Amino acid sequence: MASELRFTLNGAPVSADGADPNTTLLGWLRARGLTGSKEGCAEGECGACAVLFVREGPDGQTRYTPVNGCLVLLGACAGQEVLTVEGLADGELHPVQRAMVELGGSQCGYCTPGFVVSLFAEYYRRGRAEEGFDLESIAGNLCRCTGYRPIRDAGRGLPMVDDADPRRARLGAPAPAVEAFTLEGATEGGRRFFRPATLAEATAIYARHPDARLVCGGTDLVVEINQRLSRFETILSLEGVAELRAFDDAEDALTIGAAVPLSEIEERLDGALPILEELLPLFSSRLIRNRATLGGNLATASPIGDSPPVLLALDAEVIAVSAEGERSIPIDALFTGYRQTSLRPGELIARVRIPKPFPTVGRFFKVSKRVHDDISCVAAGFALSIEDGVVQRARLAYGGVAATPARAKAAEAALEGKPWSRAAVDEAKAQLAGAFTPMTDQRGSAAYRAAMVPSLLEKLWAETEAR
Amino acid sequence: MSVGKAIPHESAEGHVTGGALYTDDLVTRYPGCLHAWPVQVLHARATVDAMRVEPALAVPGVVTVLTAADVIGENNTGVARRDEVLFDTEVHYWGQAVAWVLGETEEAAKMGALAVELDVTPGDAILGIEAAIAAESFHTEPGQIARGDVAAAMKAAPRTLSGELFVGGQEHFYLETHAAIASVDEAGSVLVQSSTQHPTETQEIVARVLARPKNQVVVQSLRMGGAFGGKEVQANPIAAVAALGCVKTSRPVRVRLDRARDFAISGKRHPFLGRYEIGFDDTGRVLAFDLELWSDGGYSLDLSAPVFHRALFHADNAYHLRDVRVRGRVCKTNACSHTAFRGFGGPQGMVMIEDALDAVARALRVPPHVVRARNFYQPGDTTHYEQEVSQADRITRIWDDLKRSSEFDARWAEVARFNEAHPNEKRGLAITPVKFGISFTAKHFNQAGALVLVYKDGSVQVNHGGTEMGQGLHTKMQQVAAQALGVPLERVRVMPTRTDKVPNTSATAASSGSDLNGAAIQAACETIAERLREVAGRMLAIDPGELEIADGVVARADGQGEALPFAEVVERAYLDRVQLSATGFYRTPRIHFDEAAGRGRPFHYFAYGAAACEVEVDRFTGMYAIRRVDILHDVGDSLSPLVDLGQVEGGFMQGVGWLTQEELWWAPDGRLGTVNASTYKLPTVGELPEELHVRLLPKATEPGVVYGSKAVGEPPFMLAISVREALRQAVSAFGEAPSSVPLASPATAEQVFWAIERVTGAEERRAAE
Ligand SMILES: Cc1cc2nc3c(=O)[nH]c(=O)nc-3n(C[C@H](O)[C@H](O)[C@H](O)COP(=O)(O)OP(=O)(O)OC[C@H]3O[C@@H](n4cnc5c(N)ncnc54)[C@H](O)[C@@H]3O)c2cc1C
Ligand code: FES
Ligand code: FES
Repeated sequence: MASELRFTLNGAPVSADGADPNTTLLGWLRARGLTGSKEGCAEGECGACAVLFVREGPDGQTRYTPVNGCLVLLGACAGQEVLTVEGLADGELHPVQRAMVELGGSQCGYCTPGFVVSLFAEYYRRGRAEEGFDLESIAGNLCRCTGYRPIRDAGRGLPMVDDADPRRARLGAPAPAVEAFTLEGATEGGRRFFRPATLAEATAIYARHPDARLVCGGTDLVVEINQRLSRFETILSLEGVAELRAFDDAEDALTIGAAVPLSEIEERLDGALPILEELLPLFSSRLIRNRATLGGNLATASPIGDSPPVLLALDAEVIAVSAEGERSIPIDALFTGYRQTSLRPGELIARVRIPKPFPTVGRFFKVSKRVHDDISCVAAGFALSIEDGVVQRARLAYGGVAATPARAKAAEAALEGKPWSRAAVDEAKAQLAGAFTPMTDQRGSAAYRAAMVPSLLEKLWAETEAR
Repeated sequence: MSVGKAIPHESAEGHVTGGALYTDDLVTRYPGCLHAWPVQVLHARATVDAMRVEPALAVPGVVTVLTAADVIGENNTGVARRDEVLFDTEVHYWGQAVAWVLGETEEAAKMGALAVELDVTPGDAILGIEAAIAAESFHTEPGQIARGDVAAAMKAAPRTLSGELFVGGQEHFYLETHAAIASVDEAGSVLVQSSTQHPTETQEIVARVLARPKNQVVVQSLRMGGAFGGKEVQANPIAAVAALGCVKTSRPVRVRLDRARDFAISGKRHPFLGRYEIGFDDTGRVLAFDLELWSDGGYSLDLSAPVFHRALFHADNAYHLRDVRVRGRVCKTNACSHTAFRGFGGPQGMVMIEDALDAVARALRVPPHVVRARNFYQPGDTTHYEQEVSQADRITRIWDDLKRSSEFDARWAEVARFNEAHPNEKRGLAITPVKFGISFTAKHFNQAGALVLVYKDGSVQVNHGGTEMGQGLHTKMQQVAAQALGVPLERVRVMPTRTDKVPNTSATAASSGSDLNGAAIQAACETIAERLREVAGRMLAIDPGELEIADGVVARADGQGEALPFAEVVERAYLDRVQLSATGFYRTPRIHFDEAAGRGRPFHYFAYGAAACEVEVDRFTGMYAIRRVDILHDVGDSLSPLVDLGQVEGGFMQGVGWLTQEELWWAPDGRLGTVNASTYKLPTVGELPEELHVRLLPKATEPGVVYGSKAVGEPPFMLAISVREALRQAVSAFGEAPSSVPLASPATAEQVFWAIERVTGAEERRAAE
């Protein structure tokens, strides 16, 4: 029985042997008296719990990756190198700490450790020298006191990294790999945590433990642990599976591994697929995107998930894998009901394949109370292939208007074969009327959601026409 | 000079390193501490017929379940009235805690709470203001403030219009949720570490439930991770549960609500419904204003009465209303008990008159800012409760200055040009004023005490009754003490707030923390300084009256002659058996109010400000962005400019949240659907306007307040009304000069969308289809 859980914390080795695999990193830190990291929400929204992982980025370089400590399971820390706010000052204040002090970036100070962690990662980001301060770096941190202006100014005024900076020196050496790890028989009830390194191992474990809950980034699953007080007997983490972390931009298709964090997709795309690049910055916050994955977003099958409308618009395919082998599911056939998918027992999502050529017009619209770091009230992915002014193929996909993400097929048909024109848009709008029967909830009324369905198409028309 | 210097928050280094401790961070310092978790009933109205705790006791790690049987003293934590049973069998709101499980770990307590079995009979709930009015369910009798003859003036007015506005509540969302840790010392007396704005009242409630004299209970408020009024009274039951658990088990007990439970259990800013009629002439001069208000108080009275009163007091905002009547009642509903929140009813009152003035302007087809300026108080004017508006000239001074610095007139034209050219995006520009009365309206709260200790090495400890919640009170108090004693800032340490240092204190609230405590500290320091000057006078053989203490040196005011280090004089004083500690006390002079008559001088003075805001709205979704904000705000002579700037900016952004995206959504069964950050949306850095220009009004000495300063905690909150008014301006641009622009509050994208639909007639077309 493997019940050892070891990692590096603020430069020193620590052990969390015997921990319940449902424990979060934040809970464990605070119970140990490392109370600098705060709990403001326990659902990934406020960033007060932010901590840093030393990770290898898609550029092959070591970097500081900030994540929400409240959504990281302790098992995900095995063999990793973690820094908390307590570990950032090196005898004297770190430059990001000094900037926060001098500009009045803290009032009550409860959000401050999280901002310092986010700013610390941004401070060492290699692109900062050319691109300047990235406001997105702090968009996943909430502050109720300052109104953010001094924090934004602190970020914008950060000096360049000093050559002699010991924290930078760390980035010159390789980051720890995400290796295979097992925690078994740790608790009285014998709860288990598996983190295999290959797909074969993963499917074998899944076949052996069909009741295991899969986890990748944990940004949905750990919310369930924290908020619904769910406790899982067996957790199977996919984040170490090499095959699921592949990213392949080939002639006929773009293929994205189910376990590639969204921020890595953002970096790798680099202009290749604008509709997805429009979506990603609107998907939650950088802290979340550093962990969240496409596999998790699809498997959760939330009607308000953001990637489904876009992937529906792109006619993507989902490749599912089990111990029995592989099969391809057209994305249109993935969502079978409210938070239900056509995945079979023992099956997991391995990758998402987006066929080429990409549509000529692709837009993602997200309607929410807040532009950044909000979950959609209504989302729409629109893709049109227009040749010589005529719509060859139209995809109008919506989230937030039905029990599953869904396409408006009648309206699509109304556009196909017609010139992209006022008349065609009006015909499509006629088909959209009553196409969905949305619900009222805290994110918006049924009437508003229903109104958004044609209105977003109108927005697409107005914006493409203007161009 | 220590006062007036722009310095960082006194705990800033602790904040950025994670070293600054908050109540719940202390838990590992209490070995053997037990953890508490509430047993909640998920009905808005119900009776608990039976509770079985045995299944919880069977959960490993569960130690006990606290119930009504464990209450030694009174099972009631109500403050204004005895209407809050701590362990109740009657359920008054969704999520109410009826018992608390204590466990060796938080995990055990949580699992134990899930295991407790309840038999409940659901009842009929009264949800919302309209339902309460229909059911005649009220906490208070009707109250009113009136002047002149509003009915006659309304009749005589050339034009009148009426309106109705519901403004939603607001969750405090202090980043640190409610927390308390109770322990007993060797003599059996109780120490409660509590995240409370009002340690004295927390002490009182803990003493009440334990049936102990107050001298057996000490409450410490180390610092809070935000409070905003939410911890003015609602910290009390949390502390009471911790104290009862601790006495029952003889072990330290920690109570900390996670966000979802904090949201469900603790009260919020009061939702208000207003109905008004306003009479005016063709120039937009208001001749009569008749406003009826209802607030949703939730299930218990809490602070609802004074909150309601402050709404009545502020229904004039910065405008002179000659014939006026404002009145209404607090509704009793099946919701958590709504409570104090920055502005304390003032914002809800002010937003009504601003709503009405916009309606007047649109009816007359005059720009709203012209109508606003036409109605400003002038020097010599009195409010509707007949208090003279001191420094009324500042309203116009600030307004004119801000219009200039924000290039308001040029941008007004620019916005019109933009709107002309863009059918699907419209911009709106608006400027609104703020006048806010400073003092507790409960007169007896306007007092404060301080205890200043000077040690033999010349270092200083300051104790005062105010609590630190991020507003920078301790920073300011350190500056005041350093200034009044004449020592460098580093020599002064402000101690955590404890009831055994300064007794019978008031809540740190009503923006008055630095006015009251600063004056008390100043008095204590001056007593000590006076004694030290006498000692130094003897040492130097000169008249003490000629001596001054500054920057740690005692010397003649004219700089002539020998100078003595402060510490040397202190040492001498000790040897001469001169007392090196002193208390200070302050009570706000000349305030009074006769509630029955609706007349008096409830406020020591007024704080002023104005904001100009520009927004851009998308026609298809109603989503919008704040493009630019300019603010000019009056803080008197700032005690601490960096702190004050932070209060102005932070207050403004919090107000923006209230009026724009922070929507509390209750399901039809009374369940609060927005119980965490994923569904309740505070502003993020993304909502911070790219251009934000904030200035503090120069040359603004406030006579009779500590070092000429003014209170700053609440007034800037209401600068955010400019955002709501700018949105209405932008919405109006989608229509053909609509004669009114109703906009629900908060003005979420959805509500802005519906407002556009109304002004474009699309709503009618939709209804006709
Ligand atoms: C603060 C916050 C903001 C968010 N904002 C957004 C948003 O803007 N838009 C949005 O769409 N979502 C949002 N989410 C939801 C969430 O981040 C996404 O759904 C994310 O993509 C989930 O990925 P994950 O790897 O973290 O999933 P996990 O939590 O690891 O897993 C989610 C679910 O999928 C299953 N699963 C995971 N990987 C696989 C796989 N490879 N095969 C089969 N099943 C699998 C798990 O068992 C679990 O049931 C937000 C979440 C949080 C906490
Ligand atoms: S505690 Fe709020 S994001 Fe983790
Ligand atoms: S400083 Fe209080 S929440 Fe940011």
